[in-house]
Amino acid sequence: MFGYIVRRLIGAALVVVVTSILVFTLFFAGPSEPGRALCQESRCTPERLALINESLGYDAPVTEQYAVWAKGIVAGREIDFGGSTYDCPAPCLGVSFRQKVPVLDILLDRFPATLSIAIGGATLYLLLGVSLGVLAARRRGTAVDRGLVGGSLIVSSIPYYLLALLAFLYFVSSWGIFPETGYTSPFSSPVSWLSGMLLPWLVLGFASSTYYARFSRGFMVEALSEDYVRTAKAKGLPERKVLRHALRAAIVPVVTIFGLDVAALLSGTFFTEQIFGINGIGRTALTAIGQQDLPIIAATVLIGSFLVVVANLVVDIAYTLIDPRVRLS
Amino acid sequence: MTTSLQTEDATRPVTEPEDRNEPFLVVDDLTVKFPTFDGIVNAVSGLSYSVGLGETLGIVGESGSGKSVSSMAVMGLHDTKNARITGSIRLGGTEVVGLEESKMRRLRGNEAAMIFQDALTALHPFYPVGVQIGESYSAHHNRASGDTVRKKAIEMLERVGIPQPDRRVDDYPHQFSGGMRQRAMIAMSLSNDPKLLIADEPTTALDVTVQAQILDLLQELQRDFGSAVIIITHDLGVVAEMADDVLVMYGGRAVEYGTCKKILSDPLMPYTWGLLESVPELDSDPTQRLLPIPGTPPSLLSPPSGCAFHPRCRFRDHVPGDLCERELPELLAPPGHPDHLKRCHIKDPQAVLRTDVEPVGEIR
Repeated sequence: MFGYIVRRLIGAALVVVVTSILVFTLFFAGPSEPGRALCQESRCTPERLALINESLGYDAPVTEQYAVWAKGIVAGREIDFGGSTYDCPAPCLGVSFRQKVPVLDILLDRFPATLSIAIGGATLYLLLGVSLGVLAARRRGTAVDRGLVGGSLIVSSIPYYLLALLAFLYFVSSWGIFPETGYTSPFSSPVSWLSGMLLPWLVLGFASSTYYARFSRGFMVEALSEDYVRTAKAKGLPERKVLRHALRAAIVPVVTIFGLDVAALLSGTFFTEQIFGINGIGRTALTAIGQQDLPIIAATVLIGSFLVVVANLVVDIAYTLIDPRVRLS
Repeated sequence: MTTSLQTEDATRPVTEPEDRNEPFLVVDDLTVKFPTFDGIVNAVSGLSYSVGLGETLGIVGESGSGKSVSSMAVMGLHDTKNARITGSIRLGGTEVVGLEESKMRRLRGNEAAMIFQDALTALHPFYPVGVQIGESYSAHHNRASGDTVRKKAIEMLERVGIPQPDRRVDDYPHQFSGGMRQRAMIAMSLSNDPKLLIADEPTTALDVTVQAQILDLLQELQRDFGSAVIIITHDLGVVAEMADDVLVMYGGRAVEYGTCKKILSDPLMPYTWGLLESVPELDSDPTQRLLPIPGTPPSLLSPPSGCAFHPRCRFRDHVPGDLCERELPELLAPPGHPDHLKRCHIKDPQAVLRTDVEPVGEIR
């Protein structure tokens, strides 16, 4: 078990390193000119652009640039541009061109909002989706089943941004059923945290629960036809317990999907944050793309890939807990 | 409720265990149909048999002959949405057909228990063996404490001969060998001292030595518990060793029913002859090929007209005209053989057996 985790950690670290190289190549050495973001349109002479690029080290070979960047992550570094020097302690993901502060500070500041959305939304869609899926599987072939499957298909056919936008327009702007959305720290004011997050949670939870309802219905139908479920019935267990036996098996693949989903949520919920006016990682990344603030874009992609790798590892380790046949060795 | 037999039965209350002379399990004119998109599957038609306490009935037949489907009906395990069950199944005097689920649940695993074939798939891979045995006990002993349930599981594992049961009780099924899994399965089904035990091909997935051990165990347990046992198999060796009575099924119907001795030594029906001929014997000529029954099992969606076995029967010319194709023979006792029922038009099967069957493949 321990050896397995060490090996997986090494593997995971390698994946992150390779991703960082790809990210770096794409954003820093790609066709876009990094210095352009710092060079104001009206006064941007080619000489000035060249000067900025030189001060940022963008005229050096790509490998050397990567080495400097990677070293910053491990040891921190000092970055000069626009005539000033910025101290960027480890792990340094660069300094925002626009905001002139270390990227990591910006992202750490925005992360609680994204984390709030992810925790609330994911809890909601997992519970709602699995419950509906189990209900549909249990009533398989009946009107309840067809209604649930059909309804979930319809809801998941609506583009998420449209659903979220309509929910915001009607429930908040027009009818005022829900309070104004937005993020406040739960530690400073739990009530306004809840009221600002309620609608985003409900919309995200409702929209994604349809996928989980269909997944868990499918896995549940399969599990219900297993021999061991027949055995559970033959023992005289009440239906509730028989369903639990089936769910115990059906939940395994759902956990895999859920783990990766949560990783994606944590790396930024673009539509949810943008539409409900929540300043999280996703919104920060969107703004950065508009402003060509490359250090932020690169950092969010890198953190996203890091989260996916970590989620994979967590899911694999969770497997040993939920499936006793899996032994990590 | 269709037959005359049941109209008589309707006069007495079905839930009361009266009539002390009635065997523990009485199956009467049982029919199981599954409506599908392609039509109605007639899985079991007009099946009647009975098993008393301490007796063993062997049900023999090929895949799709209705052996398992009929026993699942006894356990009430068919989904009432998909299966149409008519006829009567009386378990200790209680009518099981149409019994409401909450009452059926109390019988299942308690009065009647089932051992499934292939214990690897029949045991839940994610629960420890002890938990699964304990669940069977606590399902019918609501007040049993966790400690009592665990002790019961250990006791049952010991009873079926699992070494170090107090340690193995926490193992998962995949940590058990095939034979041990089947023992655990037996322990689970016996944890409530059921009066009826249905063993559905209990030794199919096991090697021969383990098979013999499991059969010995079943016989020993039957002696101790005095239960009625149904053993479903296509292994005639198992039947010869275990059964008092034998029911041969073909195409969802009983085709021969009698004592084990009679059926194995004096079979009266071509399908049974075929079954016996296809059994390999240790002292037979190893170069001689086994005699298979030609053809394939009948379709249950559109069963053959007349006798379901007629398209595969070598002995049709012993029956005058096209009686076999036209008319379903009834399950009757031939003259001079009370208690030995057969479903065949052949008038004098014993003569046919002597002249046409034995010279080809010897039946002992």
